[in-house]
Amino acid sequence: MRNILSIFKRDLKGYFNSPIAYVVIGLFLIVTGIFFYLLLASFLQYSYAAMMQRQGVPLNVNLMMIRPFLLNMSVIILFMIPVITMRSFSEEKKNGTIELLLTAPLTNWQIIIGKFLATYLLYLVMTGITVLFMVLLFIWGNPELVPILIGYLGILLMGAALIAAGNFISSLTENQIVAAVGTFGLTMVLWIIGFASDFAGKIAGAILEYLSIVAHFEDFSKGVFDTSHIVFYLSMTFFMLFLTYQSVESSKWRA
Amino acid sequence: MIEVQGLTKYYGNVRAVDDISFTVEKGEILGFLGPNAAGKTTTMRIITGYMPASAGSVRVAGFDVFTNDLEVKKRIGYLPENPPLYMDMQVIEYLRFVAAIKGVNRKSIESEVKRVADKLSISSVLFKRIGTLSKGYKQRVGFAQAILNDPPVFLLDEPTIGLDPKQIIEVRELIKSFSHDHTVILSTHILPEVSMTCNRVIIINEGKLVAVDTPENLTARLKGSESIHLEVEGPVDDIMNTLKQIPSVTAVSVAPARAAKKANISGYIIETDFGSDVRKDLSHSIVTKGWGLLEMKTESLSLEDIFLKLTTKEEVN
Repeated sequence: MRNILSIFKRDLKGYFNSPIAYVVIGLFLIVTGIFFYLLLASFLQYSYAAMMQRQGVPLNVNLMMIRPFLLNMSVIILFMIPVITMRSFSEEKKNGTIELLLTAPLTNWQIIIGKFLATYLLYLVMTGITVLFMVLLFIWGNPELVPILIGYLGILLMGAALIAAGNFISSLTENQIVAAVGTFGLTMVLWIIGFASDFAGKIAGAILEYLSIVAHFEDFSKGVFDTSHIVFYLSMTFFMLFLTYQSVESSKWRA
Repeated sequence: MIEVQGLTKYYGNVRAVDDISFTVEKGEILGFLGPNAAGKTTTMRIITGYMPASAGSVRVAGFDVFTNDLEVKKRIGYLPENPPLYMDMQVIEYLRFVAAIKGVNRKSIESEVKRVADKLSISSVLFKRIGTLSKGYKQRVGFAQAILNDPPVFLLDEPTIGLDPKQIIEVRELIKSFSHDHTVILSTHILPEVSMTCNRVIIINEGKLVAVDTPENLTARLKGSESIHLEVEGPVDDIMNTLKQIPSVTAVSVAPARAAKKANISGYIIETDFGSDVRKDLSHSIVTKGWGLLEMKTESLSLEDIFLKLTTKEEVN
């Protein structure tokens, strides 16, 4: 446990000592902020129009505002993940510091979990700040809390799976650019694979739909709590960590 | 303390290390000598558990590195050829981190960091970022990292590279100071380093072990079998045959550079057994046959020559 914590703290310091953490978080907040503003502006316009037409029921902020916002955010996340995870193993390989870790009395799992947690915490900080947007809605509006919590649970789970996948790609190469592009390719494929499901056959379509990482998020964004999605994200996370273990272990044999 | 048995390592089809066996006793400093790409680093990496061997076994303090690598890793301080440093960390942060992953008690981390910083005289740069340090300081920070938690075994892969002459002397003194209660394997291709610091030398070349001995014995052994250069006027084949029959001559060859200067004048290189002086016999047999002895000189071998002799293939045309 202490070893995991040591790796975790060092990596986290590495992210916040370099511009990477600030650039990633800043960029993410700018883009999500713009989306939030646009959605809010159009929501207000609709509300105003509805008020003019004297409809009794006010428009639902969860449905019209928060749900599309979370969906947008889930796509923006796909673009940010590669930047978060590209350093994880690649930089250690490039600098030769992986030799320090692999010759220290640490197990591979301790190294992998420590690195996963460091990248995941950066992800949590990045997405966590958007909770402030929700706070604004609570101050001036009256949204429902539970669907928002479920939505953010989806963000947490999807992030874990993607961060684990990014760590795996990073463990394959000593080149950060290759790691970033590779992870980007993987997240894109896992996203658009769902689009193809409509055209594929019945069974193939179902499989593609199931693999689509964003499709699983849709229910969360609607505030629907479905354990099958939780199982999907968790098993994806563990599978990717398992692949990372295999990659670290086998790079010893190849090196 | 360290037992290496039949160690073999393949990279694809290339055999980087070929059936190497040796043991290092407690308190011994072993020099690992060989040209670049001889397999020194590979052997060290296998001993540290960084990579597995293709065949053979390594035991450190009785623990097998393949089945019980954590116990082995706890007992080894390893300085790789390129010191494994995080450029964006301060020296003190780095040393604290390494101390933590090496299992130093939380309470004694600070005193342990201070101990190694004093030993390597890097106390003045503790709060500098590693990336801004000079090569010599980086090397010393790497060294400091290796001796954290005071492991009983040190593996040092070219520890004096990048240091200035004064620092080299300091580091050699430091390595010597380990000799009582630590076991050290030191790889280098700088020969004086070996004769100055090591109790025993292993020379490897192209993955094969070519010699194991003390530096003194190694020098003496090959000094004894010093080579004699001759220049003789006469028929080459007859001269070769005659010289070979002289007792304690082990090998006769035509010196390539000096061959066929004139039609019947050739240079010869005579190698002899340990400690025998055959110059009198040589001159006697040449002169009695009526050939002309034009030149004779002995060449004693320095450790440098021995190294070259053992590690370079002789090209005879």
